[in-house]
Amino acid sequence: MAQQVNVEGFASTMTRQQVRELQRKNRRENLGRAWYKFSRNPLSTIGGTTVVVVVLLAIFAPFVAPYPEHAKPFTDFANASRPPSWEYPFGTDEIGRDILSRVIFGFRFSLSMGIVVLVIVVPVGVLLGLIAGYYQGTWIDTTVMRITDIFLAVPPLILALAIASVLEPNLFHSMIAITLMWWPWYTRLVYGLASAQRNEFYVASAETTGAGTPHILFREILPNMVSPIFTKISLDMGWVIIIGSMLSFVGLGVQPPRPGLGTMVASGAKYLPDQWWIAIFPALGIVVVVLGFNLLGDGLRDLFAAEEA
Amino acid sequence: MQLIGFLSRRAFQAIFVLLGLSILIFVIARVLPGDPARTALGARAPQWVVDRLREDMHLNDPMHVQYFYWLTDAVQGDFGISLVTRRNVADDVKEFFPASLELVLFAGLITAVAGIGLGTLSARHKDKWIDNAVRIFSYAGVVTPSFVFAILFLLLFGLVLDWFPTIGRLSQDVPRPPTITGMMTIDALLAGQLATFWDALKHLILPALALAMGSMAQEARLTRATMSDNLTKDYIANKRALGVPERKVTGRFLLKVSLIPTVSIFGLDFAASLSNAFLVELIFVWPGISRYGVNAMLRKDLNAISAVILILGITFITVNIIVDLVVRGLDPRIRLRSARSD
Amino acid sequence: MSTPRLLEIKDLRVEFKVYGGVLKVLDGVNFSVNAGEKVGLVGETGCGKTTTMKAILRILPIPPARIAGGEIFFKGQDILRMRKRDLSKVRGSGISMIFQDPTAALNPVFTIGEQLGAVVQHARPENRRLSKRKIRDKAIIPLKEVALADPERLLDSYPIQLSGGMRQRVCIGMALATDPELLIADEPGTSLDVTIQDQVLRLLRVLVEEKGTSVILITHTLGVVRETTDRVYVMYAGNMVEEAHTRKLFAEPLHPYTQGLMQAVPKLTGGGIAEGIPGRIPSYLDPPPGCRFHTRCPRVMDICRRQKPPFFKVDEEHQVACFLYDQNHDRHKEETATL
Repeated sequence: MAQQVNVEGFASTMTRQQVRELQRKNRRENLGRAWYKFSRNPLSTIGGTTVVVVVLLAIFAPFVAPYPEHAKPFTDFANASRPPSWEYPFGTDEIGRDILSRVIFGFRFSLSMGIVVLVIVVPVGVLLGLIAGYYQGTWIDTTVMRITDIFLAVPPLILALAIASVLEPNLFHSMIAITLMWWPWYTRLVYGLASAQRNEFYVASAETTGAGTPHILFREILPNMVSPIFTKISLDMGWVIIIGSMLSFVGLGVQPPRPGLGTMVASGAKYLPDQWWIAIFPALGIVVVVLGFNLLGDGLRDLFAAEEA
Repeated sequence: MQLIGFLSRRAFQAIFVLLGLSILIFVIARVLPGDPARTALGARAPQWVVDRLREDMHLNDPMHVQYFYWLTDAVQGDFGISLVTRRNVADDVKEFFPASLELVLFAGLITAVAGIGLGTLSARHKDKWIDNAVRIFSYAGVVTPSFVFAILFLLLFGLVLDWFPTIGRLSQDVPRPPTITGMMTIDALLAGQLATFWDALKHLILPALALAMGSMAQEARLTRATMSDNLTKDYIANKRALGVPERKVTGRFLLKVSLIPTVSIFGLDFAASLSNAFLVELIFVWPGISRYGVNAMLRKDLNAISAVILILGITFITVNIIVDLVVRGLDPRIRLRSARSD
Repeated sequence: MSTPRLLEIKDLRVEFKVYGGVLKVLDGVNFSVNAGEKVGLVGETGCGKTTTMKAILRILPIPPARIAGGEIFFKGQDILRMRKRDLSKVRGSGISMIFQDPTAALNPVFTIGEQLGAVVQHARPENRRLSKRKIRDKAIIPLKEVALADPERLLDSYPIQLSGGMRQRVCIGMALATDPELLIADEPGTSLDVTIQDQVLRLLRVLVEEKGTSVILITHTLGVVRETTDRVYVMYAGNMVEEAHTRKLFAEPLHPYTQGLMQAVPKLTGGGIAEGIPGRIPSYLDPPPGCRFHTRCPRVMDICRRQKPPFFKVDEEHQVACFLYDQNHDRHKEETATL
């Protein structure tokens, strides 16, 4: 009946160093397995590459864009509404600005939108979720989560639109509006994870050995949810960029003449179908960025899943 | 009995959430903009007029008293006068809301049928060309903003191919149906006006499709993932092993268990549809509550903004309760668990 | 061995494609069951018993699994090359299976009645058009057979409402509801505590005895094999290593692995602790060449590392895949000694 060989007795005779080496080897093996999964899936690689390229384009926009001055107030009516050509690969808009240059500069707004929002939202949302999950069943839990419920009761874009509308419409205010709407998603994600982890033995054992609450929250519980949080961040970059472009499209985000991708699609839509390039290329710009972050996010999810297996 | 308990609990939660939402709206509409009276009247109004309006709006009272006045009015459906239409906001909502509801419900129908259908197809033919096609399609659907779809559909099916109308809900030359539900297609059917129904449906298809694309893609991906995961489960192998035919194994035993996550996220999809309606209605000149809302926002029409957010919040909460009910119906584990905790 | 074979597996090879390569899980399995016979199958966890059984019913998840070769004959027909329609006739009323884990084998969102009903409905062609009421009446019978109390109520219950023992009984009832010619019982009751496990096995034995069903019994408990079966196969790392009449095997286990298995059983009389077999099952990713057991074998010879041992017939009722029982045994030994 007992065919399983006793491994424990064997393990206890290992020195601490051997154990550590074994752990290191395991980790390396897991990473190798994860990387294998990530790189075997060409889509993840495409996603990663797209993100890197877009980020580089955004950073070096003034050097990369063929006509950097077209991102500023600029008119050249002689070259207005030119279809795509060698000179203007994406064509020019109704007042003669090079669309390719403006799309490259548009990436700057999109990326900074995503980064600013998430940099604020993630720590706040995660912290609230951790605390509420750890103090599960207490008044802290109730207060935080009921407030979260209220924010989640209305689709985020609608509240963001409302907030952006009562403030002066510009990029900064649309960032504030999205930030205010986005934290509850992280709170809810982390709350679910934390309240599950909370009842694990390792938390109880940390409590009995007298570890402080910050230690338990950040050193014991938080490390166990790194993978879902990072996956969500990568996917959310795409979502925030979409929401940001929606605000711009409506006219409550980046204001013309600055080249917000959503703004460009909105103003270009007036010239459909004849001068299709004015709206379509900025739209494709959005799709490419979001696609990159989504592919990357999915790749990361697989990677973390492989690590856990 | 269990069901009544569940519903009353959810109703209580909903009232609580709505109350919280009203505070949030109050803060957005009354506190953030500075002086709402000045905002309402514009920069050129003389100071004494602004002062009188401040008095009328109870703006000189403490915040919580103001909120109380505002809430009492709101509960009675009184949101004041709209700056955009110069009419009672409540009347505007009554007029515009059904158009949005029709659009969003139709989009929801497309989402559910096409999303689940494509996902099932994909899972059944895993790693065949049809699966790959569905996966590429759903990826495109997820990453493309709805307004881009709207513009593409408008351009392609509306302007270039000219298959569908691109503006409004009904053609000029078609008789309008009597207003019963406010939803053109349903009203036309109820009145037996088939030509009107057909025309209304043609107007509905492009905007609804543009709204549905994202959620449809999302649902297809999720359905595919859960189905292909569940296909490897022992309870599926068990039914196969005991001679239950494949058609029944997948069509019945696999489908029900795989639908649970798909239905669960339908609430989120609906939220996305409500949001996306703001842009899609704008593009297709759809006279709905969202287009009304955008115009209100662009003109800082605070009364209208409050009403729009509140009505959309109520819609969203209602849909979520319905979704929870369906999930309960599908999943006995949830039913039994909540019965035990009662 | 003139009685017709009910089931015969010839040289079955199954592979699983995973990260880092291909697992060669079944490496040429040969196995057979005669009509009316009760056959035991023993071996460590992970040696491929369940994979073999799932291959018989063609319910392995494909992909990642792949049938790399071999034939499985049921009453003379090759299951692996059967059309879907013929296959559905074999499944259920031909061969039926009790799954290892009753909790995983029951669909969580359907009542017992719905699941059992579907099985009953397709067990016989004439059941296809029965009314719901009639199906329900028929579905109650197996529940009564497995001695479950209040079967009426049970039909309307969900798996989550039942205890582990009840679920196991339901699974047995479901597998017997098709009145199969051959029943595969994959470690029935392993997930239950010992007393209930004992009850379940007793019940199973009585039921198959009554109906004269042929049985393949997979188990860890050698005692159960000894009491229940006519013939035993011993499996190690995807190979059959020994086959004998039950009485013979217990009297004189030949393969070093079987001997190890027997010694691993705590003996009441000896009072000692189980000795067990040192080492563990080799990786299927890169299995050792030759005899897959040679890495753990106390009597390993040089040839074992090079060549896969075929079955050597010791007598009419006993064969073993080990070079120790080859006629040229002495020569192998000498080779080893000179090295």
